[in-house]
Amino acid sequence: MSQDRVRRRRFIKTAFPVLLTLSLLLLPLFNDSSYVLSTLVFIGIYSIVTISLCLLMGYAGQISLGHAAFYGMGAYGSAILTVKFGLNPWLALLAAAAFTALVAWAIGIPTLKLKEHYLALATLGFGVIVYIIFTQETAWTGGPSGLSGIPYLSLGQLTFNNDLSYYYLVWAAVLFTIYLSSNIVNSRIGRALRAIHGSETAAEAMGVNTAAYKLQIFVLSAIFASIAGSLYSHYITMINPSPFGFRMSIEFVLMAVVGGIASIWGPLVGVSVVIFLTQLLRDLIPLLLPNAGGEMELVAFGLILSVIMIFMPEGLFRGLMDRWDNPVRYRKAKAPLPSSLWEEDES
Amino acid sequence: MDPGQLLQLLIAGLVLGVIYALIAVGFITVYNVTGIINFAQGEFVMLGAMLAVTLHKYNLPLPLIILIAVAAMAVTGMLMQRLAIRPAKSASLVTFIIISIGISIALRGAALLIWGTNPYTLPAFSNQAGLEWLGAHIQVQSLWIMAITLMAFAGLFYFFEKTYPGKAVKACVINPNAAELMGINPQSMSLLAFAIAGGMGALAGVVITPITLASYDMGLMFGLKGFVAAVLGGLTSVPGALVGGVLLGVLESLGAGYISSGYKDALAFLILVLILFVKPDGLLGKIRGNRV
Repeated sequence: MSQDRVRRRRFIKTAFPVLLTLSLLLLPLFNDSSYVLSTLVFIGIYSIVTISLCLLMGYAGQISLGHAAFYGMGAYGSAILTVKFGLNPWLALLAAAAFTALVAWAIGIPTLKLKEHYLALATLGFGVIVYIIFTQETAWTGGPSGLSGIPYLSLGQLTFNNDLSYYYLVWAAVLFTIYLSSNIVNSRIGRALRAIHGSETAAEAMGVNTAAYKLQIFVLSAIFASIAGSLYSHYITMINPSPFGFRMSIEFVLMAVVGGIASIWGPLVGVSVVIFLTQLLRDLIPLLLPNAGGEMELVAFGLILSVIMIFMPEGLFRGLMDRWDNPVRYRKAKAPLPSSLWEEDES
Repeated sequence: MDPGQLLQLLIAGLVLGVIYALIAVGFITVYNVTGIINFAQGEFVMLGAMLAVTLHKYNLPLPLIILIAVAAMAVTGMLMQRLAIRPAKSASLVTFIIISIGISIALRGAALLIWGTNPYTLPAFSNQAGLEWLGAHIQVQSLWIMAITLMAFAGLFYFFEKTYPGKAVKACVINPNAAELMGINPQSMSLLAFAIAGGMGALAGVVITPITLASYDMGLMFGLKGFVAAVLGGLTSVPGALVGGVLLGVLESLGAGYISSGYKDALAFLILVLILFVKPDGLLGKIRGNRV
């Protein structure tokens, strides 16, 4: 490995988080339209869920097609506890996260014994069941029309009731999630998880308690998703079941995979690409094809997604980084390179 | 418990079940030949149904409509294999899942573009009055569905057991590596598997439309249910699809009738999750050891 590449790598590793934090802090100075800020709030909320999904999928190698259920449990937990019981929003957020953790733990024990598509199907089934509970238990959840009048979060005198303050709140939460996740990933637990991803049998033979680790990361992932759901509730202040269904679960997986599941920064890229792509198509297609409706957007979105996956299955973040990191080697080697830039990516 | 009502629910479940089985066949052939779970399977069902509705407007005879819809979706399946699956080569399971989801989003968008959001219907395949049997009312269309599905399964049986390409596909299902060593080209088998998936999906869509209506977003639920049926049957054999499909259809129908219609989909998935917990390889799945 050349001196140059080592230096380049070290530079990225330290510069990237600092640059990101700085640009996040300064961004509202340049553009504080509520359109931009609310888009960024959503990117932040989805990023938390997607990071949690990456911990599960990219590191532990366990797929979940039902993550919107945990996200929804956080959202509904917060909504029900504050609207129906008048609980303090922060306490509601914690209680919802605790409840979600409990459910994830109970579901995780039998579910995580399953492998590959059976695991995919079981989590999918769980997601569908939870979604149907949201729509059917009208007395608690308000049924299809949902709940409204969810209070804002507040800290002392400061109430998070506008886009700017919420933007800072959500992105503080995102950075905290990233910090926590990268600590986990680079610890003993992270190495054990990657061992499980590589080969569960081999990990077990090496003395890794695979079942316990998988369960822990599943519960942690559910807690992150639940907190993101609570943040959504207190931002929008009214909820209905539709953003918590199978489509949303798929969209989370999609954001994770587009960014690259085996990295902590990938989700930010993935979520931003998916959201901006949707927006861009919404703005661009009427210009190119004046008569086309919103349907073309769906077609283009699906096709672009497939193309990204066909040619960059390791995700945009990793794909581009690997090419930048070593363009010559990449041009020669057809097969995706083993991870080289981020040592936590080894799988 | 009213026996007439029970019979009625059982028949409704059976009809729904054979439809799920047809969709499951698509999942099973594609999965076994290529190792891919094709989430666009439900969109084949939707496109087949929509195409049939359009063809019906031109007053074509019914058998021709079915034939064209099935053939068109078989070609669509093959195109999907050529344009989206083959270029991705040896991507991971999750990547293929996402690719097929991308394709299904695009197909759904295309359907929205062409047909809009309105639900459409087809007339029943013949217009005799339904018949009464032991206190249950049976729609003629239900009989048509069962007859056509049984014919399709007989055809599949003949294809897999008696014809050369069918046996080659079956060889790939049993052991892809050995099949390749015997000179069977895995790419053309994969193409064939996608054609079968497209064709069977379209058939399911056409025959169910007179009962449930067709709309651009019907693919998702039908696809999911077909997948559940495939897994219940063990994901490895076509007869397994039939067992899994009928089981799912009947349980769903009984659940809707006796427990709660709002929870009927939840019940289907609850059964699925419970079965997976007890028998992780599906009801008819073989216990297999894995070399590590």
